[in-house]
Amino acid sequence: MTLDVDVRAHIGEFHLDVRFALRPGLTVVFGPSGAGKTRLLRLIAGLDRPDDGRIQLDDAVFDDTSTRTCTPPHQRNIGMVFQQPYLLPHRTVLANVALSVRHGDRVQRRARANELLEQVDATAFAARRPGQLSGGQRQRVTLARALAGEPRLLLLDEPFNALDLPVRRQLRRLVRDLVDQTDVPTLFVTHDADELADLADHVLLADHGTITTMTDPATARAQLDR
Amino acid sequence: MSHIDWFPLLLSLRVAAIATLITTVVGVAGAYVLARFTFPGRGLLEAIASLPIVLPPTVLGYYLLVSIGRNSPIGRGYEALFGQQLVFTWQAAVIAAAIASLPYCLRTATAAINAIDLGYEEAARVAGLHGTRLAFVVTLPMAGRGIIAGISLAFARALGDFGTTIMVAGNIPGRTQTMPIAVYDRVQAFDYATAGVLAGVLAAVAIIVLLGVRRLERTAL
Repeated sequence: MTLDVDVRAHIGEFHLDVRFALRPGLTVVFGPSGAGKTRLLRLIAGLDRPDDGRIQLDDAVFDDTSTRTCTPPHQRNIGMVFQQPYLLPHRTVLANVALSVRHGDRVQRRARANELLEQVDATAFAARRPGQLSGGQRQRVTLARALAGEPRLLLLDEPFNALDLPVRRQLRRLVRDLVDQTDVPTLFVTHDADELADLADHVLLADHGTITTMTDPATARAQLDR
Repeated sequence: MSHIDWFPLLLSLRVAAIATLITTVVGVAGAYVLARFTFPGRGLLEAIASLPIVLPPTVLGYYLLVSIGRNSPIGRGYEALFGQQLVFTWQAAVIAAAIASLPYCLRTATAAINAIDLGYEEAARVAGLHGTRLAFVVTLPMAGRGIIAGISLAFARALGDFGTTIMVAGNIPGRTQTMPIAVYDRVQAFDYATAGVLAGVLAAVAIIVLLGVRRLERTAL
């Protein structure tokens, strides 16, 4: 799997310049708020369009401004966890996950959703509505939903920001385990140095809209300490 | 008080029910398009769809009469198809009630859809949903309360329409005389007792419907 991103995008005064090739494993996109990290994930997911450049995952071209190619989000086969859970309030937890399973009939989709809920240790509240869950429980469910479509790429946008430290630690371990088990290349956005230390195989540095430096965790931490 | 003819009540309920069905389909689909798509002429379309709120009902009725009358393309087409004219029938009353009540459903539903955090739809799109499935699974259920409120307002408006209906359907007892027109008709004949009973029944039906809808609204999500 190779994700190649080489894009420029202007959002008002903000200028985003991204150039990197993603490696297998978990890459932490690290930088302060307002560095363009969320914007980068939205571009890869197809929720925003670049002004110029190209995003390609293996032989699938997501965006190419030179040929006016743009694959819509539902065809990119990406799993994404947002800062907010965005689970459908009128559906049960199980139904929320089953909706994102792309193959099989209704029974098969629900069975697959049950497996995924088991993987994130959330079977106990499968029948509840999202409104009845704690913040940590909700983000467990969104992880299951993100994996439901058997994604080729996983994007996580500061998913645990609103949670208490002990819950964050638990969920970080869960993310690490899921990435190792599923082998899906993952981009994890954060501005938290602890998350960087706990999770990263590789680090992509974001600085004032420039996201071009891919490095290893040790070098990134050394830079931070300076 | 003479013997009370209940035909107007049954006609009113039938006309309002069919008009509300039409309004629901057109209004909710229109609201989705207005709230989620940008295209040239959208503002104009929105303004035209809202006209029935600001136009005096008789003026709306006049334009409708001109549009579906015997000399109009629509009127001629209808007559060729069904062998009878469209105006001064109960079907014309349905059209009048539907058009007069459409903006109440359309505007309320549009506002309800616009109030949804776009993040829910974005998350669903990335997860593989799109098109009508996205609308029916995510957007419309999340706007459910607002849509039900809009439909109930439209029903109440359709049930109570007088001016537009009398212009295009007339006041033919036993054929096009709806409840509000019957009330007016009885007052004109100084039959205040019957008018009072009819008005009371119409008011009671409207209140019962709204109470029922309020219950539905509470359980919608």
